[in-house]
Amino acid sequence: MPQEYRLILKHADEPGYTPDIDCYMRNGGYETLKKALSFQTKDLPDGKKQTPQEQIRQEVTTSGLRGRGGAGFSCGLKWSLVDRKSGKPIYMICNADESEPGTFKDRQIIHKDPHQLIEGMIVACFGNDVHLAYIYIRGEMPEGARILNRALAEARAKNFLGKNILGKGYDLEIHIHRGAGAYICGEETGLIESLEGKRAYPRIKPPYFPAILGLYMCPTIVNNVETLAAVKHIVQMGGAEYAKLGTPNNTGTRIVSVSGHVKKPGYFEVEVGKATLGELIFDEKFGGGLRDGRKLKAIIPGGSSAKVFKAGEKFKVKRKGPDGQLTPVEVDLLDLPYDFDSLQQAGSMSGSGAIIVMDDSTDIVAALANLSEFYAHESCGQCTPCREGSLWMSKALHRLTNGHGRKQDADYLIRIAQGIQGRTICAFGEACSWPVLSFINKFKDEFEARGARDEAKHSSSAGAGPSGEMRIAASPQH
Amino acid sequence: MSFAVPPDMEKELDELVTHYPQKRSASLMFLHAIQERFGHVSQEAIEWTAKKLDLQPINVYELVTFYPMFRQVPLGKYHVKVCRTLSCALGGSAELREHFCQKLGLDAKEHGAQTTKDGKFTVEFVECLAGCGTAPVMMLNEEFHEAVTIKKADEMLARCK
Repeated sequence: MPQEYRLILKHADEPGYTPDIDCYMRNGGYETLKKALSFQTKDLPDGKKQTPQEQIRQEVTTSGLRGRGGAGFSCGLKWSLVDRKSGKPIYMICNADESEPGTFKDRQIIHKDPHQLIEGMIVACFGNDVHLAYIYIRGEMPEGARILNRALAEARAKNFLGKNILGKGYDLEIHIHRGAGAYICGEETGLIESLEGKRAYPRIKPPYFPAILGLYMCPTIVNNVETLAAVKHIVQMGGAEYAKLGTPNNTGTRIVSVSGHVKKPGYFEVEVGKATLGELIFDEKFGGGLRDGRKLKAIIPGGSSAKVFKAGEKFKVKRKGPDGQLTPVEVDLLDLPYDFDSLQQAGSMSGSGAIIVMDDSTDIVAALANLSEFYAHESCGQCTPCREGSLWMSKALHRLTNGHGRKQDADYLIRIAQGIQGRTICAFGEACSWPVLSFINKFKDEFEARGARDEAKHSSSAGAGPSGEMRIAASPQH
Repeated sequence: MSFAVPPDMEKELDELVTHYPQKRSASLMFLHAIQERFGHVSQEAIEWTAKKLDLQPINVYELVTFYPMFRQVPLGKYHVKVCRTLSCALGGSAELREHFCQKLGLDAKEHGAQTTKDGKFTVEFVECLAGCGTAPVMMLNEEFHEAVTIKKADEMLARCK
């Protein structure tokens, strides 16, 4: 049976472990930075030379690390795309704008082990010739910002930051930048605009790939908190060693946030792909199963933007057979390995690693209405399909959950969602339309029944008022 | 009332500007500092910030209207922000907000931030606060509170003097 594998969260919840630098250094902290800064230029077999910076980037590429923020893009590849010949400074930004509904993993790192993030970030900056970097932390985490500011001051005092770090001739400064409550700042180009002091309107790609035209039109790397923490371990243990954790193409560990209708919601660090969706929800070591007497209804597997799964679904997933050939195998929903590739093959994504569980007491129409209200509130308003469409969807769902639905609303919602996805500057268009498309495709009968019921009610008693606020699920036991 | 920034605060803000290659970048941090000190961002504060950062007032005003955390009017001394989004909703956040409203004499059916007549409390639904594993979560001013039961909520209110 799968176990937690705590690499990044190794110390986080140990009794007596504190977020200060002394505690971190007592546990081997900043040794990886010292190691990285003492890398020597290496002669390669083909006669070329490899600088210490290139060696760090090579280790990260070898590790197979994929971004932990949501897209699962290869970190090594992202770094390799940086324009290093422009003559402009290269910037690094740590994306600590954790706001994908269902996700609460970066908060644990920031609050409980901030120096691990900072060390990973310094190593990543050194490896990418960065001399000025920012941590963009969401506005609703004032305590996190204070903790990080304190940690940065401690690191500066020990010369892990600042001029001529540890006498190795490398300069780096890291500053905290606070967001102010806008979900769109988690999108990297929106984040960059916000860091420039503007509204967080995402930029169009091309030409504004951050690796080429990012912050102040300079090459910029934006990495998630957990990704940068992983970099620390990759350089410490070596990329090849890190790649042994997890499963092929889905290497390393990842912190999974489990919330909703489970007995033991929480965050669990596991080797990627070593635990199945079912184990993460039902196993005693993880989510601990559903509340007594309840059955599973639906799972959102990767943060609220991921397409929903319906209990009992089966998928065709490609598996490597004994002959090394990839053959499609039928897999039950709960047997899906929780990794990037399997969930993608099942038509959804592991996104930010956040699993939201809904049991059979959930009103699925109300659940989607809740999410759509979120997206309507958070659309930045730049692109018409998303600005208007997200609100139309939310209004239609509000109608359906307040006794004024129509049978055709299900099709109406699908038509709006299809008009948004693929027609916006950033991925928010997909983020707001995928929940609508997947909820309605998989639970269409419930949406249509709701609309039909309202229609019938209104034809029999014209002018009936709203049925009052809808409850989303059975009340939790407080 | 004219807007005056105390010298110690201005010194802090000047230091913030040095964090960025371009002054404009400091605007969000300025607005946070101003709101923390004065409770809201007034028209005068917007103009002051713009002047300080070599911007037009509209460049700052459009931030105040875009970012949900900034407000142009003072709110209650205690600001209750209950998370509204899915995991917290599954965990009973609607009931929690309703309880705050009832207890403080506010109308739970009203949308948006509501402040009590004595200006002591503001109750508001906000979007995901990244604490989904301990739903329902909320913030009381800058304090983050997890797994908030009705009992805990009452105790919290009792502590607000």
